[in-house]
Amino acid sequence: MYNMNSKTLYDKIWDSHCVKSNKNGFDLLYIDRHYIHEVTSPQAFEGLRISKRKPWRSSSNFAVPDHNIPTKDRDKGIADPISKIQVDTLEENCDNFDVNKFSMNHPDQGIVHIIGPEQGLTLPGMTIVCGDSHTSTHGAFGTLAFGIGTSEVEHVLATQCLIQKRSKTMLININGQLSNGITAKDLILYIIGKIGTAGGNGYSIEFGGAVIKALSMEGRMTICNMTIEAGARAGLIAVDGKTIEYLRNRNFTPSDTDFDKAVEHWKSLKSDENATFDKVVNIEGGDVQPMVTWGTSPEMVTDINGSIPLEAGKIYPSALQYMGLTPGTKIRDIKLDKIFIGSCTNSRIEDLRAAAEIVKNKRINKSIKLAMVVPGSGPIKRQAENEGLDEIFLSAGFEWRDPGCSMCLAMNADRLNPGERCASTSNRNFEGRQGQGGRTHLVSPAMAAAAAVAGHFTDIESA
Amino acid sequence: MVKYKTFKGIVAPLDKNNIDTDAIIPKQYLKSISRTGFGVNLFDEWRYLDNGQPGQDHSKRKVNTDFILNKKPYNQSSILLAGENFGCGSSREHAAWAIKDFGINAIIAKSFADIFYNNCFKNGILPIALDEKDINTLLIECSKLKEFKMTINLINQVIIYNADDKIHFNIDPYQKNALLKGLDEIGQTLEDKDLIKSFEKNHKNEYPWFFK
Repeated sequence: MYNMNSKTLYDKIWDSHCVKSNKNGFDLLYIDRHYIHEVTSPQAFEGLRISKRKPWRSSSNFAVPDHNIPTKDRDKGIADPISKIQVDTLEENCDNFDVNKFSMNHPDQGIVHIIGPEQGLTLPGMTIVCGDSHTSTHGAFGTLAFGIGTSEVEHVLATQCLIQKRSKTMLININGQLSNGITAKDLILYIIGKIGTAGGNGYSIEFGGAVIKALSMEGRMTICNMTIEAGARAGLIAVDGKTIEYLRNRNFTPSDTDFDKAVEHWKSLKSDENATFDKVVNIEGGDVQPMVTWGTSPEMVTDINGSIPLEAGKIYPSALQYMGLTPGTKIRDIKLDKIFIGSCTNSRIEDLRAAAEIVKNKRINKSIKLAMVVPGSGPIKRQAENEGLDEIFLSAGFEWRDPGCSMCLAMNADRLNPGERCASTSNRNFEGRQGQGGRTHLVSPAMAAAAAVAGHFTDIESA
Repeated sequence: MVKYKTFKGIVAPLDKNNIDTDAIIPKQYLKSISRTGFGVNLFDEWRYLDNGQPGQDHSKRKVNTDFILNKKPYNQSSILLAGENFGCGSSREHAAWAIKDFGINAIIAKSFADIFYNNCFKNGILPIALDEKDINTLLIECSKLKEFKMTINLINQVIIYNADDKIHFNIDPYQKNALLKGLDEIGQTLEDKDLIKSFEKNHKNEYPWFFK
């Protein structure tokens, strides 16, 4: 239900993009920004070709290869011929259909959801879509951003619009403050543990409260990124001074007088005080501990002091069997084989700094077969190198790679072997996600770094 | 798209919650640039015992004979029966393509993930959300017979089984119509071309920085 006089942020953006309101509840929604990657777009371009259609507005579309690309020896090209075809196909489609692109070897290439905000292509108040569920990330900037399927990618390319139904709205207030060392990743895992992976189905979720206000833009992106893991297609956070400062002087941000005009608009991008939400959830920031998932769904999560729930043997026998764990096992006793720091959830400069802080002047444990850091973009990689973070990781025994999705979903060569156990800063612990038979535990960058040093999960302080 | 018709088919029970799109179609098959040929890799990691790769001859792989879709008569199923939050995770439409390519025309579940639910309608798959009681009834019926069949009639929004047992289901009228008529949504939207153009002009005046 929404009140005509006081609106939620979601409804404000929706209403300012509604081209046509149909009585059947489905609206024709105008799309400002469309991000494209190599995996979910080839069939959409093929559809345009077959029906002899062209992209509606070229300035809207930005493409980047990220899922399939190698994270090392990139000058040698892509070894896997099938991956190469997909990346080459994206290049050709961009050239043939006049789509803006960041090619694999462009210095600013990176994961699509990292580079959009970084380049200033994601601007408050926009509607943003991409054939990728983690498009929710961009909601951190007061945008309405959500993932779509390939048929809808084609629809947006051809019409600059989508036929959509307004979702229900949920407000999650995170009150108080986070304890020392607790990050946005711990918070979103905690929230998913509370509301469940289906908790947000049919909703868009706005995050608010003192804890969200105190988070950096990087932290807010981590929160919105994993909103999809709570079942909601879109996560939103109101614009404030931090949003505006983040966007100032980015490559594609409006400049000078346009910026000031834009800021006037951006300041209105928050829910009105009396706006009503279909559901409100309150969370105490102080309750959040360093979180670790133990199962095959992000909702199977506990904190570092916890154990595999005793009842899990009955409720989730197949998850425990897949993970090779037994009820009652302490999280601290879980030993790791590999460490992955990266993905659109946690590969920003702040994430790398937090991990470097932990491993500085230390070595990864002998039992760790591979520990890798995959920065989210070229600019993040350069920034980290300017700060000397690469040296810290390398001398600790980590590999320092080139930007891409990498072992978050293992479409390139970076993957787990059957039975291998990984502390990962990514977003999904599904069966086979990081490689067939691989076992994923989702954690924050600091927790992954601490686990690399100890060889098992541990407190950040004791690493 | 082909018009959606009333059909009768074998029901395969997959009594599990949170069946994600990585399980429905693993990532290595997403490297294809085609829309077809995904059916043989539907639920690949559950259906086969070895690690499959795109381009290989899947008929020569080691099959998991315990997995329901490998058993007769379920290898001929056209209806899936599942738990909560079916299709969660990635937005990959390849999941819907794999399901359709296998021969599944309808999925009945306690609930669906939003993106997957939308993707079904673009591919002639009917997703039916039923409450727990109805799902349990159907699971019991499934367990009684070796070959449990039902008829799905979208026009009347009804599932018919055991000759005259019926369960009604809800569906949005717009999405129902799109399936029944096999609508070309892009063509439909382009009928509003002038409306989109005039909206865009005003939008650009108001937010010129969106158009740089």
